[in-house]
Amino acid sequence: MMREMGENWGNRPPDSEAVVQFDQVGLRYDLGPEIFRDIGFSLPGGSFHFLTGSSGAGKSSLLGLCYLALRPTRGAVTLFGRDVTRAPRAALPRLRRRMGVVFQDFRLINHLSAMDNVALPLRVAGVSETDIRHHVPELLAWVGLADHLDARPPTLSGGQKQRVAIARAVINRPDLLLADEPTGNVDDRIAMRLLHLFEELNKMGTTVLIATHNEQLVRRFPYPRLHLDQGGLTLHPVGSEPWNGGGTARRSTDRPYP
Amino acid sequence: MRSDLPLAGNRSSSLVTVLVGVMVFLAVLAAAGGLALNNVLDRWTHDVAGNLTAQIPPVPGLGEDARAATDARVARALEVLDAYPGVAAARALTEDELVTLIEPWIGSGEVLNDLPMPRLIDITMRPDALPGLDPGAMAQVLRTAVPGATLDEHRLWLSRLLDLGEAVGWLGVTVVLVVGLATAVAVVHATLAGLSTHRPVIEVLHMIGAQDDYIARQFAAHALRQGLKGGAGGFMLALPALAGLGLLAGRVKGGLVPTVGLSVLDWIVLTLLPFAAAGLVMLTARLTVLRTLARMP
Repeated sequence: MMREMGENWGNRPPDSEAVVQFDQVGLRYDLGPEIFRDIGFSLPGGSFHFLTGSSGAGKSSLLGLCYLALRPTRGAVTLFGRDVTRAPRAALPRLRRRMGVVFQDFRLINHLSAMDNVALPLRVAGVSETDIRHHVPELLAWVGLADHLDARPPTLSGGQKQRVAIARAVINRPDLLLADEPTGNVDDRIAMRLLHLFEELNKMGTTVLIATHNEQLVRRFPYPRLHLDQGGLTLHPVGSEPWNGGGTARRSTDRPYP
Repeated sequence: MRSDLPLAGNRSSSLVTVLVGVMVFLAVLAAAGGLALNNVLDRWTHDVAGNLTAQIPPVPGLGEDARAATDARVARALEVLDAYPGVAAARALTEDELVTLIEPWIGSGEVLNDLPMPRLIDITMRPDALPGLDPGAMAQVLRTAVPGATLDEHRLWLSRLLDLGEAVGWLGVTVVLVVGLATAVAVVHATLAGLSTHRPVIEVLHMIGAQDDYIARQFAAHALRQGLKGGAGGFMLALPALAGLGLLAGRVKGGLVPTVGLSVLDWIVLTLLPFAAAGLVMLTARLTVLRTLARMP
């Protein structure tokens, strides 16, 4: 499975080109207060970032802007080198097929088996059933769910659902992987295993952005961190102290991004 | 086709099936009635349109003399009619034929001997002469030759009958259209209900890159299944009703009402109706989904 993932990457942008770029992005829901003020960052192709911040800081909203569930109120969002701030609806499916998203609440389809849930991105993209029957069980086995191919999500534990959600996000070998608390419901052993899966995808070129609360995880994996606080975003390069309240974000080694 | 949406569990979907059933039932009956009526009218038009009937009053009296005088009138009328432009044939009905015609009203027996019977002449016009035919002028010529003779034109009452038949036909079409409209409205409603029930699933499908068409296809396939199910049911129910009506119509035999029946082509049209209804349902569902999704963010 993983070996095959290295093939057919096709039109991946060169590493120097940003896969995700935010320029002075502002977001507000209806007439509420601004959730983001002038956020700017860019994720170069093939990079791996954590996204941190206290709950309610807007991690899910920022991911939502990336996978185009939300449109910015101000500023510009660029994906795969294309300004999508005002992209027409018809352009979205093509962009979304290049991403894998792990939702915090999984968003599995309850009446479909684990197998069919994971197969969905392939079916939507018109992949043949033969290929689907070949690849999907393989990936589900890899995340430890070989015995649950036909299980429906309501019968699975939180951790099992999460792994199905992750399998669905990576089955189409995305160019960009966005994950919202992907290790929130699993024990440490599985969390490490999943992180290794993300790393492996990343080594083959997938740009990864993982929103997480898990301080240990961020410590153990040497990747830079985007930190959200009070509507602003700061970049913490590798090796800087993990966040611990608001103080660390204003250390002199941190710099606003970009 | 496999479906990512649990559409079959939707309660309003059984409403659509029932409505399509009712629609197809009514449509098949209305169409069968219309087609049968059309066949009858066609035959009447064909049989009657080129024909006129001349009526020659009898010479009063019951003796041989009176009869001979009446025969002479008929012969004179035939002469005039044969010479009239556009007449293909003019033939006096025999006494036997006259007896047959009036038998249902008067009974058999030596009626012709006891009653002064008017004689009838059946006139067939050449088809090319029909458009320019002036029945008034023709009747005038006939009256000049045989005083008291009259000319019945069938086309007048036939055209009124055709008007009536046509109106009944349009009524049937209107019934089908109204029921079709009601079904379409119900389909729109059921589809919107389905869209709102399954909105979370639809959002997930969008997030993983599904195009609107992918989702619309699933709704359309489900609607097609319901439409076919309802259509088959309605058609099956209409068959015994048609058979019953056919039986009743078959018992009405005799001069005025020609045999009522449906041709093979008519049956093909009737069989296509359930499929047409299912197609309407499918198309309505598809358009509703596409229009609604286009308004989603």
